[in-house]
Amino acid sequence: MRAPADPEPWTTAFRREREAAWHELETMLRTIERAGARTLPEAALARLPVLYRAALSSLTVARATCLDLALLDYLEALTARAWLAVYGPQRSGRAVAWQFVAAGLPRAVRAAGPQLLVAAVALLLGHGVAQVLVAGDLSRYWYFVDEHLAGGRDPTATTAELRATLFDTDQHSSMLAAFAAFLFSNNAQVALLAFGLGLLAGVPVLLLMFSNGMTLGAMTALFHDRGLAVEWWSWILPHGLTEITAVVLAGGAGLLLTDALLFPGRCARLQALARRGRHAGTLVLGALTMLFLAGVLEGVFRQRVHDQTVRYLVAAATAVLWVAYFGFAGRRRS
Amino acid sequence: MSARAANVELRIDTPEGVPLQFEIASVGERVSAFLVDVLLLLLAWLLPTVTLWLTGAIGAWWISCSVLLGFVAWTCYFPFFELRWHGATPGKRRLQLRVVSADGGPLTAEAVLARNFTRHFELVLPLAFLAAPAHIAPGHAAWLQWLAGAWLLLLLLLPICNRARMRAGDFVAGTRVVLAPRLLLLPDLARHRDSDAAAAARLPFTRAQLEVYGIYELQVLEEVLRRAGEPGGGDAVTAVAERIKNKLGIDARSLVGVPAIRFLHDFYTAQRSHLEQHLLLGRRRERRRAADPR
Repeated sequence: MRAPADPEPWTTAFRREREAAWHELETMLRTIERAGARTLPEAALARLPVLYRAALSSLTVARATCLDLALLDYLEALTARAWLAVYGPQRSGRAVAWQFVAAGLPRAVRAAGPQLLVAAVALLLGHGVAQVLVAGDLSRYWYFVDEHLAGGRDPTATTAELRATLFDTDQHSSMLAAFAAFLFSNNAQVALLAFGLGLLAGVPVLLLMFSNGMTLGAMTALFHDRGLAVEWWSWILPHGLTEITAVVLAGGAGLLLTDALLFPGRCARLQALARRGRHAGTLVLGALTMLFLAGVLEGVFRQRVHDQTVRYLVAAATAVLWVAYFGFAGRRRS
Repeated sequence: MSARAANVELRIDTPEGVPLQFEIASVGERVSAFLVDVLLLLLAWLLPTVTLWLTGAIGAWWISCSVLLGFVAWTCYFPFFELRWHGATPGKRRLQLRVVSADGGPLTAEAVLARNFTRHFELVLPLAFLAAPAHIAPGHAAWLQWLAGAWLLLLLLLPICNRARMRAGDFVAGTRVVLAPRLLLLPDLARHRDSDAAAAARLPFTRAQLEVYGIYELQVLEEVLRRAGEPGGGDAVTAVAERIKNKLGIDARSLVGVPAIRFLHDFYTAQRSHLEQHLLLGRRRERRRAADPR
């Protein structure tokens, strides 16, 4: 028995009893942080929540009664790391990806109906306005289409030249993949821009949708004017359906942010933004994936297949595919 | 941690009902972590480029490839690591930073995606406008560059302008970046020379002597003892020991042959034991009594 004059501090005994469990938890956390939770054997993993709760309980006791600052700081840091490990993202990358494709994306699309509708209307409106204006006077074409984007598709070209742009036989087949890649990254920038612009209260998103629609509308007017309507749509639709849907998704994502900022409803703007932002993030990832698919279609398929029936069939197939996917995938059975 | 106590903290309510305190990462730490990540990405691009250049296989195709691979790498790098490493990229891990969900829930994939996609809008696009406006919008270069500059500046300054150091991506995703340091458990100062002989030989202090100081002084003393081995630490130990002896009215002659460090250790042990006993009974004394002259 100790002399009453110099007893051991209470927390020294407290620490001696529990130190082993803390160290066990710390070792486990080091493994998890370095290599992920799945590398731990099952028995060890089952102990993680137990050790985490033990450390939490130690922390509450220490906060109330411990005067050893080093110990208190250690416990705060240890429980914080353990909380991150226990409540961190548990699923593997493959599970996350599968969940996204099978349910996350189609659900997010269905939940953003009004915003997607507004984005789509802005795009179609831009298309319609430009088509009417250019059809009235072909010299207005340059108001809507950038020179470097036109690539020879302009009013000065002859009908034969225009037709050739729709059926060009690209000799540089090694460049096809690189071209698809470029198209993808270019469109992807537009998609990401549409998402980000949503933070600026929506008007820029609508303008972006509108102006993208206008570029397309001006070209449509040009090809219609030359009597190449069937050929033009056979060229644009196979990849364009996917691409335009993707751009609309990104625009809808931007409008979701706008919606949260302007009409936060019953939560604070910050919370509304956080909630809608996550929803929008899913849409943007979907848009990027679709743009990648469209880029592959455009770069590889379109320049090799010149039969118009096949082109229209492919376009119809993509339309059916996307409608079915966004309409029905990931619905909960009730 | 205690040295940075003035910093803003994020309180997370765990499902177990115990609130956890996280310290918000400073802007400097965020920038350093980001630079580490950018450097890693640059290295990953430079290595194949230099290899191709040395072998003479480099060509125009590599530029197209770089555009795509660069975009994919830049878009995937951050979400990939933040999902895999519980909210840390290699740069964040180096600086012991973590992304957490501000509502205390798990960090979801959607949040990680949203906060990283916003980076294109915050950084990449305005930088691209600034660097090569003619490629993106021919004919509008001058005013677009001003706009891009203002845009970039505004969004870069955003983390400095709010207490939680959130950038636009953190606003959009409802996330915060916090410090999650890996601290080592330092030895218990009250358990020195862990033998019963030493414990039995501890210097005795009277109750009155232990009533003089409070928690604040005890923790200053802890700091002094932990730094005793560092340069200049020994002098501090001697000075503090002298002061405490004076204060408690201990005759220096009764302690002849007792080194200052041992005196402080024993006093620390007795004082902590005394104050913790008080705490257990619900009494807390933060500082020494105000009425004391010194």
